[in-house]
Amino acid sequence: MAISEIRIPDVGEGVAQVELVEWQVKPGDTVREDDVLAAVMTDKATVEIPSLFTGTVVELGAEVGETVAVGSTLLTIEHDGEGNTAAPAQEAEPPAPEPAPAPSVQPVEATKPAPAKSGAATQAVGSVGSVGSARAPRAEGGQPLASPSVRKRARDGGIDLRQVAGTGPAGRISHDDLDAVFERGPGAAPQGPASRRREGGEDIRVIGLRRKISDRMSLANTRIPHITVIEEIDVTAVEDLRAAMNADKGDKPKLTMLPFIAAALARAVQTHPEMNAHFDDDAGVVHRSNPVHIGIATMTDNGLIVPVLRHAEALGPFAAAAEIARLADAARTGKATRHELTGSTITITSLGPLGALATTPIINHPEVAILGVNKMSVRPMWDGQQFVPRKMMNISASFDHRVVDGWDAASFVALMKKLLENPAMIFMESE
Amino acid sequence: MMKRETCKVLVIGAGPGGYVCAIRAGQLGLDTIVVEEKTPGGTCLNVGCIPSKALIHAAEEFHIATRFAAPNDLGITASAPEIDLGQTMAWKDGIVKRLTGGVGGLLKKAKVRTVYGRANLIDGKTVDVDSPDGPVRISAENIVIATGSRPQAIPTLPFGGDILSSTEALSLTRVPGRLSIVGGGYIGLEIGTAMAKLGAKVTVVEAASRILPQYDADLTRPVLKRLEHLGVTVLADARADGHSDGVLTVTTAEGQTAIPSDKNLVTVGRAPVTDGFGLEGLGLTMTGRFVDVDAQCRTSMQGVYAIGDVTGDPMLAHRAMAQGTLVAEVIAGESRSWDKRAIPAVCFTDPEIVTVGSLPDGSTNQAVAMFPFAGNGRAMTLGRDDGFVRVVFDKTTELVTGIQAVGVGVSEMAGEFALALEMAATVTDIAETIHAHPTLGETVQEAALKGLGRALHI
Repeated sequence: MAISEIRIPDVGEGVAQVELVEWQVKPGDTVREDDVLAAVMTDKATVEIPSLFTGTVVELGAEVGETVAVGSTLLTIEHDGEGNTAAPAQEAEPPAPEPAPAPSVQPVEATKPAPAKSGAATQAVGSVGSVGSARAPRAEGGQPLASPSVRKRARDGGIDLRQVAGTGPAGRISHDDLDAVFERGPGAAPQGPASRRREGGEDIRVIGLRRKISDRMSLANTRIPHITVIEEIDVTAVEDLRAAMNADKGDKPKLTMLPFIAAALARAVQTHPEMNAHFDDDAGVVHRSNPVHIGIATMTDNGLIVPVLRHAEALGPFAAAAEIARLADAARTGKATRHELTGSTITITSLGPLGALATTPIINHPEVAILGVNKMSVRPMWDGQQFVPRKMMNISASFDHRVVDGWDAASFVALMKKLLENPAMIFMESE
Repeated sequence: MMKRETCKVLVIGAGPGGYVCAIRAGQLGLDTIVVEEKTPGGTCLNVGCIPSKALIHAAEEFHIATRFAAPNDLGITASAPEIDLGQTMAWKDGIVKRLTGGVGGLLKKAKVRTVYGRANLIDGKTVDVDSPDGPVRISAENIVIATGSRPQAIPTLPFGGDILSSTEALSLTRVPGRLSIVGGGYIGLEIGTAMAKLGAKVTVVEAASRILPQYDADLTRPVLKRLEHLGVTVLADARADGHSDGVLTVTTAEGQTAIPSDKNLVTVGRAPVTDGFGLEGLGLTMTGRFVDVDAQCRTSMQGVYAIGDVTGDPMLAHRAMAQGTLVAEVIAGESRSWDKRAIPAVCFTDPEIVTVGSLPDGSTNQAVAMFPFAGNGRAMTLGRDDGFVRVVFDKTTELVTGIQAVGVGVSEMAGEFALALEMAATVTDIAETIHAHPTLGETVQEAALKGLGRALHI
């Protein structure tokens, strides 16, 4: 047997350090080659680190949330064959996995655990499966077995202990059992009367993607003076066009509103190249971009991710729709590559049916413009003679007011309105 | 003109329940007044637990000295002792004064105002007190009834003259030559044993078939044996019919007997104090003689709470104290509920009895393990190895559901017993806990080991 270190691999693109966001193993765990050991996060992508050996985890080299340098030790593993560590580590007595404690005394006849009754045991909320085991279910109507401090904590936390299964002797409920209930969050155990006052709270470490989002939002909102322009758009025509194209799409992906908005945006920045740019405020230079790489703000289980629709200026609606769908899926499943997550020149943020009447989007630094898409609804509009039902949708666009004047911002939004209300103009060459 | 006061919490009665409630309320920053008719400390400190324990201690000391006046195992020779019971009572009164003064100080420290005088409930928010400084009307957001209990009288033997309640018995300045005690519960036996040790000829008259009828015969047997040794006569299945001219008339199965007695102590129980202070006017829901309360000690009227002996059995100071704490915290808005698993009960008889939790009831799922003090070295060195510790537990889960003991000094084990039940200890938990050697407490561990089939010292 030997002990080897597994180091943080070079994840490319000049990344020198990563943040450890998740451990998949703990000391004492047995792992096989290629099993995932941990997840680390670079600027935008999460990378899983596989094991190079089959063996037993000896020691972890960092804590979740820590920033670690590429090449530093992630963990040490005990395995067959030759190790790669310095001699002292090998000399150290490796801790053998602890054998399950064997009962030293045979229980007398009277104290043998009773077979678990299926009903009572499975209905109880806190059964933790393999982690310990209650010796017997508590009798129906019996008082929960727990120390006074556990009972007090449960009452303060609004947990009804009668619904919590204990893992201790005789089904005793421990602080750990209670921790498990609290961790599962509200609704895990039936609450007492709704009128009870609740005390305390929960501390959640801001790590991983959430920390990245936090840093980037702070940067954008503290450095960039935002101006937000909100305009309403009659999307009846573009909706009619979308319906007609979907009716005739054949094998092509179904079109949503987003490809049309992306196309309108790509079109509008031809007239307003100042909007498709990065502002390097340290250098005092605005880099206008010829390609239109549109960031598509996407909600995932872990938080906000912005995959990039590259060269939107060169994509037709169906191609854009297919690419957007692919990117969104990659982002949600964590498969998005670094390339797919960087390099946007302007960003669209849309919450679909949750899009509200208006929003104040925060610019994706160092870009200078972001387009927020609000909810579409049918509203009565005055056409000069009468009210007619029209499909209406608002857009809320924010601009970096240091380099975009209010006049330009308003002109750009007005152009977006014109394009989306007259969709044919999106797809015709400008003069 | 009537003086007016307002407060957040008004506690009626400064006994163990009331004063603890008031102190806790004061600690929690609630504006609190406690009304007390006599002295802080209630029955417990003034005429109950503490004075009786002082008397029991003095009697035991005297009894030991008496033993040394005769040939004894220890080889100690002393001349025949005498006791000045008046001096003993003065010593006892000093202890009581120290304790009640201490309670007064604690109340003050907790910024609780104490109003002396008899309270009279006007409604669920208003109480009048005829204090020595004149009448006071107190308006309170919350009222806590903690009026306690008083000795129960029986019609054939009304208190007065030679018919004593425990209160008078604990203030006697001369040892009565012949003392009869009607009621063989723990109060009668505690005082009766002490008086017997002080030289009185004691007769106990008990209506049930044996003394301390709420306990099982195993627990009471050592006490009965000791009473016999002390020359106390116990009449079971006996009824006291009356007392006249220094003779107590008692009816037993054999017929009527006359028991000459200089003093008669009536200890047939205690009755809750629910009258004489306007409680009837509130029309609270009652459970029998007691005020009905829920798990927050709330009565049927909003903002009116009750704690202690007025709320029912067991009428014990430590129960009242726990209820007092609970009510103060409930009023302060904390989420509290009565969820105690164990209320220990102690008889300071000789030997003492402690019971916590369930007694053996013969059910099939219950296991009982008993270990005698005869197998305990410390008991032998104390010169008393009578009695035992008994652990009652669930056969299936090993959960300890009750612990009892009878023996000299076992009252000090009550804490361990109660802790075991509150912590939901199993027999193994107790068996695997090191109990110091040589102490009486080893017997608890041995009883648990015996329950597991592996006692060492038997």
